Amino acid sequence: MIAAIRTRTVLVVGAGPAGLAAARAARERGASVILLDASDATGGQYWRHLPPSRPSANERALHHGWSTYRALHDELERDDGCEIVLGAQVWAIERTDASDVTDASGGADASAVTDASASTDAATVPAPVAVHVLVGPPDGTRRVGRTFRPDALVLATGAHDRTLPFPGWDLPGVFTAGAAQAFAKGERVALGGRVVVAGAGPFLLPVAASVAATGAKVLGVYEASRVAGLVRGWLPKPWQLIGAAKKGGELAGYVGSHLRHRIPYVTGRAVVAAHGADRVEAVTIAEVDADWAPIAGTERRVETDAVCVSHGFTPRLELPIAAGCELTPERFVRVDDGQRTSVAGVYAAGEITGIGGVDAALAEGEIAGHVAAGGSARDADLGAAVGARRTFAGFAARIEAAHGIRSGWTSWLDDDTLVCRCEEVPYGRLRDTREATCGSGLRSMKLTTRAGLGICQGRICGRTVEELLGAGPDVGGEDDAGHAASAGLETAAGGLFDRRSDAGGLLDRRATTDRRPIASPLRIGELAAAEDPTTSTTHTVRKGHP
Amino acid sequence: MPARPVPAHRDPIRPGAATPIVISIDGDPVSGVEGQTIAGVVLATGRLAWRRTSVDGRPRGLFCGIGVCFDCIVTVNGERDVRACQRRAGDGDVVESQHDELPEAAR
Repeated sequence: MIAAIRTRTVLVVGAGPAGLAAARAARERGASVILLDASDATGGQYWRHLPPSRPSANERALHHGWSTYRALHDELERDDGCEIVLGAQVWAIERTDASDVTDASGGADASAVTDASASTDAATVPAPVAVHVLVGPPDGTRRVGRTFRPDALVLATGAHDRTLPFPGWDLPGVFTAGAAQAFAKGERVALGGRVVVAGAGPFLLPVAASVAATGAKVLGVYEASRVAGLVRGWLPKPWQLIGAAKKGGELAGYVGSHLRHRIPYVTGRAVVAAHGADRVEAVTIAEVDADWAPIAGTERRVETDAVCVSHGFTPRLELPIAAGCELTPERFVRVDDGQRTSVAGVYAAGEITGIGGVDAALAEGEIAGHVAAGGSARDADLGAAVGARRTFAGFAARIEAAHGIRSGWTSWLDDDTLVCRCEEVPYGRLRDTREATCGSGLRSMKLTTRAGLGICQGRICGRTVEELLGAGPDVGGEDDAGHAASAGLETAAGGLFDRRSDAGGLLDRRATTDRRPIASPLRIGELAAAEDPTTSTTHTVRKGHP
Repeated sequence: MPARPVPAHRDPIRPGAATPIVISIDGDPVSGVEGQTIAGVVLATGRLAWRRTSVDGRPRGLFCGIGVCFDCIVTVNGERDVRACQRRAGDGDVVESQHDELPEAAR
């Protein structure tokens, strides 16, 4: 009998820089690849671009690394061994090795299931996951369900903006910086005529450049971190910047753009309030101290019609958590030198492993795809990617050191400042609940206030609510394990301090905030239609709630 | 100056021809081009808000722009809770803004 030649199937979730690089590397190693993205285009947020129905002669003017994107995209698109599924919303990842699952093989969709004869191949054990997907127009009612059971899963779900609340941030005309970027690149819409860009982090620079390229006047970029903090973050190892020449070039491009457009870049300043009746008309910008607390008497009112604010990024962790991947104390997916997560057959790359930027994402993606397809991180053809990953490894830590959120920001909140935009929960109610219950556990406080329980599933306010509710003296430190260890308590997996526990205790912040068993709001009818007869999942879903 | 499309003749990317479309927002016809999202079409008219919140009745429109916050949801051809920043506008789409009141019991 001739042994079946087994082709590994690698499923990649997310078609941004990391996912594209992973897909190509897995194909080069001979795997069959399925690449999913919720959007109707590849490129992710970084290379968000106009659809084919809106052609242009010089779209590359809006992008860095556009030729890299085109090469990745074109190569994968014409490759019969790579199926690109767009409009693909992963709504759940199910562990197939759990004791209550009896049948982990087979399924309604055979495209990701290898030939039955391959089960005799002991060299590879498939990832213990079933990935449930709805394919069709965003939030449509007639999307088609598919379920994938790949040999290896590469998660490259990226990150979204984290915007801290401030009085008036719910007014129309206040946007995340990512929105300004997305609508400049993907729509060619200017969100206003006189635009303020504010928050923290190097991402504010490309945003300002994109906004300026829509013809809007950028009144200024207001970075909350002070110069001393920026120097501390970026200058201890300046030689790393030389190694990161491409990154340096990208930043130089933004600086050049700023000079051209005469955009002021001011540090130690924050937008502490937005004003207007039914839309933003002005903002208050104040000087802030090293902890981001506004300094009294420094407030200045600026007339504006669009405010774009981001204070950093939140990694999109619901799928890695659903797959059972362990997180680091900094709350990114823990990976080893082969981008392997703690779950055999599941890999992670890009911003979910640390906010490191596009070059780190490309390198990590290439390594993840190669190893997921059966290669080794020590293979010679990965040399460049491993080197690049090393070069950019320090970036995430340095961005955090220079621009990380400081605790003083809470002093710009008023009692009636909304913290949870969906459920319209004001800061005063959160604070009163925390005081009245002596911080009786994040989960119960969220249920009492409804903060973080709206249709966005706490994606916008989750970590903010956690900080505001957890700031009391009764709640433990940043790291469950560290806190437990300092208290001399048992930290065994599955115990009281298991970070995957959602039992609702004091130390469950990480799990309750980032955990979303239903990873995307979906309609009950779609869920019923997508139900896979070979598994016995019995989720009860209230639309939009985790 | 409110939100607006980048004027084609001044756009450094030198856009080519696009197919015009017309959708209706709460009964009013609005012009756009194929490939724009519903949020893109509405914002290009200068309108920033198209939803009222359930508790305080406050105006909302685009916030995150990448499908995360659900602030921009609209009803499209009878389908509720569609993210306007994610759904491409199709010629003839009937878009209605959502002003969802809280159920009595929750007031």
